[in-house]
Amino acid sequence: MNPLLEIRNMDHYFAGLKAVSDFNLSLQNNEIVGLIGPNGAGKTTVFNLITGLHKPTSGEIIFRKQPIHGQKPYIIAELGIARTFQNIRLFLDMTVIENIKVAYHYQRKYGIFSAFMSSKSAEEHEIEMSDAAIDLLEIFDLDKYAQNKAGSLPYGQQRKLEIARALATQPALILLDEPAAGMNPVEADQLLHTIHDLRNRFKVTILMIEHQMRVVMGVCERIKVMDFGETIAEGLPEEIQKNEKVIKAYLGENT
Amino acid sequence: MKIPYILKKHKVIISLLFLYLVIVLTYRTGWLSSYLLQIIMFVGINIVMTVSLGMINGFTGQFSIGHGGFMAVGAYASVFLTTIIFQMAGSSVPGQSLLGYAIFFPAVLIGGLCAALTGFLIGLPTLRVKGDYLAIVTMAFSEVIRTIIRVSEPLGGPRGVSGIPSMTNMAIVMVFTVLSVWLMRNFLASTYGRASRATRDSEIAAEIMGVNTTQQKTLVFTTAAFFAGCCGGLYAHILQFIHPDNFTFMKSLEYLIYLYIGGSSSISGAMTGAVVFTAIPELFRSFQIWRMVIYALLLIVIMLFRPNGIIGDREFSFIKKNNT
Repeated sequence: MNPLLEIRNMDHYFAGLKAVSDFNLSLQNNEIVGLIGPNGAGKTTVFNLITGLHKPTSGEIIFRKQPIHGQKPYIIAELGIARTFQNIRLFLDMTVIENIKVAYHYQRKYGIFSAFMSSKSAEEHEIEMSDAAIDLLEIFDLDKYAQNKAGSLPYGQQRKLEIARALATQPALILLDEPAAGMNPVEADQLLHTIHDLRNRFKVTILMIEHQMRVVMGVCERIKVMDFGETIAEGLPEEIQKNEKVIKAYLGENT
Repeated sequence: MKIPYILKKHKVIISLLFLYLVIVLTYRTGWLSSYLLQIIMFVGINIVMTVSLGMINGFTGQFSIGHGGFMAVGAYASVFLTTIIFQMAGSSVPGQSLLGYAIFFPAVLIGGLCAALTGFLIGLPTLRVKGDYLAIVTMAFSEVIRTIIRVSEPLGGPRGVSGIPSMTNMAIVMVFTVLSVWLMRNFLASTYGRASRATRDSEIAAEIMGVNTTQQKTLVFTTAAFFAGCCGGLYAHILQFIHPDNFTFMKSLEYLIYLYIGGSSSISGAMTGAVVFTAIPELFRSFQIWRMVIYALLLIVIMLFRPNGIIGDREFSFIKKNNT
């Protein structure tokens, strides 16, 4: 079976500093894969490379048999890759429902002139978009906040909204950058549930960066470990937990 | 007493018609001087200028401070068609005749399109530039436009253009203002408006959500320039005399003041700012030189107590769309 996403020999330099080196990854449909590693290992850089915020110095990224490295982020989004950010990036001055509706923009069914004239088809399409957005918000239990500003939501709800917004672009692959950051164990457990649920309900493949081990070990089927831009281990959660190199990277040499 | 449904449904249009009747009647009976009538027409034009500037600055988060430049392009392009061509050919300029209006309306529209084209050409390379840099580029652009006009002999050069027929009247201004605000309101409430605000709130997140932010910014910039160009055309045919110095940086600054005083990310705010601050200098005219002091003090007080503008980011109910 063809992989959904395939990254081959990807390198990335920041002005001579090697941030990611010889990175390889192959994701199958409907997998949940974890990307872990100490701070500064290059995990977020990998996400930025996949979503087009950075261009890889060398190597290739193939998504659904199509090379996407060097493409603009909005085109990669249209092709079906969505993500969340480590430091949440919502549209804070817009309402919760509008945050979701922005994701429908590229699927818009009316042109600029319809928009100016507020034509009947534009109005109808707007209502369709609102209905779809409410449906999505209901899944995340956010529908009651629909008309609130995103900036007024508590932290945990903002994280959920960001995941909901990423799903609204109807992706095949979703990249979660530390979804459990700042969550307490109870919230993290709920998140675990949500992520499992998402995969089954929306048929998406999930690649996630996460530091909370209970989340990573609980949800990921496969784990890839990075340190200083290099891949140091790859395998099932149980294997990773026992891996010498991983323990060294996390705890240091002399412990 | 029950208000008939038809009155309720069309209350905005009915109030506007009423306003128009009041203005025309008071003018006809001599209560309203032609000077004040002119100020009221400027109010309409300033509303469109400010709302269109708000599309760029407030709703898309780009800091443009050269909006007067687009007005200049529109003014000169339309005056070229209604006046300069005829003066060059040595024939008389058609005034408020059928022919005159047959030339005037397309001329204003073409003025708008010329400004839009200019906006597009300027926007394409410069909208990649962020924040303060964009501000400097837009300001420089408006000065360049002014300088080009100043050295263009066919456009009257430093002497300006006189003998422009008085074509713009209260009805035209009113229809233009209402139509423009309606169009811009629709645009901003549409998916394009949302994409603009998303670009403002987080450009990276907008791109990641599939918004082509460069295209979006250029679209807004071009649209706003179009409305500013149309404003320029109407403005020139009220003044009947235009000069490059009508469109200095101070002119652009006026619109920035109206916008930020009213509330930058609100159509209602932009409108309020334009109305109040076009009217205030006239209301205080009897204070003579002190009126500019009052104007400045008022600005300071408003900024201190309402830093987001008089209206903030709320909208009047007649601006809101009922489906959101």
